[in-house]
Amino acid sequence: MSDVLLDVRDLIVEFPTRKGLVQAVSGVTFQLKRGETLALVGESGCGKSTTARAVMQLPRPTSGSVVLDGDDLVAAGKRDLRRLRRRFQMIFQNPIASLNPRKRISDVIEKPLKIAGEMDAEKRRNAVMELLETVGLDPAVAMDKRPHEFSGGQCQRISIARALILEPDLLICDEPVSALDVSIQAQILNLLEDMKQRYDLTMLFISHDLAVVRNVADRVAVMYLGRFCEVGRSEELFDRPAHPYTRALLSAIPVPDPTVTPKPIEMIQGDLPSPISPPSGCRFRTRCPLASDRCTSEVPAMRDLPDGRAVACHHPLVDA
Amino acid sequence: MAAPLLELSNVSTHFHSPAGRVRAVDGVSFTLEAGQTLGLVGESGSGKSVLARTIMGLLPSYAEIPEGSAISFNGQNLLTLDRKERRAISGPGIGMIFQDPMTSLNPVMKIGQQVYEGMRHHFGTSRKEGRERAVELLTEVGIPQPDVRVDQYPHQLSGGMRQRVAIAIALACEPKLLIADEPTTALDVTVQAGILDLLQREQRDRGMTMILITHDLGVVAGRCDNVAVMYAGGIVETGTTRSLFARTRMRYTQALLDSIPRLDRPPHERLKSIGGRPPNLINPPAGCRFAPRCSHRLAQCDTDMPPITSDEQDASHRFACWHPRDPDAAMQETAGGDAA
Repeated sequence: MSDVLLDVRDLIVEFPTRKGLVQAVSGVTFQLKRGETLALVGESGCGKSTTARAVMQLPRPTSGSVVLDGDDLVAAGKRDLRRLRRRFQMIFQNPIASLNPRKRISDVIEKPLKIAGEMDAEKRRNAVMELLETVGLDPAVAMDKRPHEFSGGQCQRISIARALILEPDLLICDEPVSALDVSIQAQILNLLEDMKQRYDLTMLFISHDLAVVRNVADRVAVMYLGRFCEVGRSEELFDRPAHPYTRALLSAIPVPDPTVTPKPIEMIQGDLPSPISPPSGCRFRTRCPLASDRCTSEVPAMRDLPDGRAVACHHPLVDA
Repeated sequence: MAAPLLELSNVSTHFHSPAGRVRAVDGVSFTLEAGQTLGLVGESGSGKSVLARTIMGLLPSYAEIPEGSAISFNGQNLLTLDRKERRAISGPGIGMIFQDPMTSLNPVMKIGQQVYEGMRHHFGTSRKEGRERAVELLTEVGIPQPDVRVDQYPHQLSGGMRQRVAIAIALACEPKLLIADEPTTALDVTVQAGILDLLQREQRDRGMTMILITHDLGVVAGRCDNVAVMYAGGIVETGTTRSLFARTRMRYTQALLDSIPRLDRPPHERLKSIGGRPPNLINPPAGCRFAPRCSHRLAQCDTDMPPITSDEQDASHRFACWHPRDPDAAMQETAGGDAA
């Protein structure tokens, strides 16, 4: 068994729009080791959710390969993909909207088992009850209720149960706690960590909140306008960012401590450029304090740093 | 010490719903001196936005402010005025910025017109003068090409720029008090810092008083003089920002601080979450409203509402708790378990 569970190469996702072709993801490559959590971070519109959805084949990417434990999901036919789906599942940002309001909780969680076509009705029901208990809901109370009778945090627990009922290898979490209050957010993050241990999960975790990412991730990939800027172990990346964009993102986080004066972030100016006509060369150059002529003419290639990180920048903040 | 610009005494806001009377805000009192910034912190449903709308007079018709509530702005009780009088005072005197700049701006009205609409109404400013003033204000809030933007519509701007327009609108009538309700929650973190810097600068330059409503304790920590923490419709702890963070007394405040993931903590560290969820505000608990979720509760907490108490070292730091945290004890206490 190989060490790498998910191998994504040269992933490109394009959407046709009236104003032209938008390349939401422009050649992203990464691997996920078994049992690892990789976080994708970046501002809205950077392509992090699109990357996650392309891994899920929702919709299928324009080009590139997504290999899950030896099976190429992009090349797989419809039938094969359906068979493989049980191995990779997803939870979404808005827990209430991602559940069918007309279905009972028992039906919502049981559905994947039904589709997979295994177990008889009684076994399925028992499996659902057991899992509800595991995610911290009382099966006796929850089974026959409908989503609107639950709070956001509880709905997210239900979504997690639905994603885990088939015991997938890979769980993709797209902003799973962004819509929740801090006190509830901590409950869900702890639950995800417990589930990861219990089911030996590998996780791809999408978030714009770097403090949350710091808590959940082993490795972090920073994304900007459809490309990766920097990928590395979370300690190094947070403590000594190599890409100017990573540093800008980190410096913008408000610290809950009044003795820390907010740093003026002089480096990041303006808004995200349009993905329809991204800047030439390095896409961050229009907002980067270190941008040079080279950044305009030459796309920075991803290169490895001695500490095991990879960065795509002509002027990295640490020695290459 | 200057007279307070805003003084709330025993303010409640109730909503009539088919299920009963919802006590969204219940007996809130505080004073805000001119030129200060108050951070109003709480989770969804704690009543912070309803409180802001109560001050602004923007409540829906099914809301009721019970007898005994008083909101004194510049020495005048806003709640005893009729609509017209109130509009004449709080219209130019209090400005407000909302969470989502897309829905708070009028999509079919030019930006400039939205900026000077208030000036025309309150001061009878001419269109020509209003437009010039709008360009000045747009420049001031950091909108590039303000003379072009002034004739554009909200959809032609990014989220951060729209929020800057909303700030320009709020500043147009030179308010004494600015209420910013989650002004950066819908924005990216890189844009957030710019908006908060702008608000802080305007507040200082204009000598405005500001209420900054947020769920993010990180946002208040660096930018507010005072903080008030709301839970289930009431203020449970208030004080100077420094004292509230350094000498946290109320168990809920501490639990909230503990549940935030922090950049200086190692990965995969178990977060201290607060079990359960906030109470139903139709039938709130008889005693402390946080009691059902509190891991330090005493028998008394369930039966009697805790009185407002002052911190021994700083009388302006007040809290409502029967079993307050001892900030001088080195022991790190946890609040709440990790229950579902």
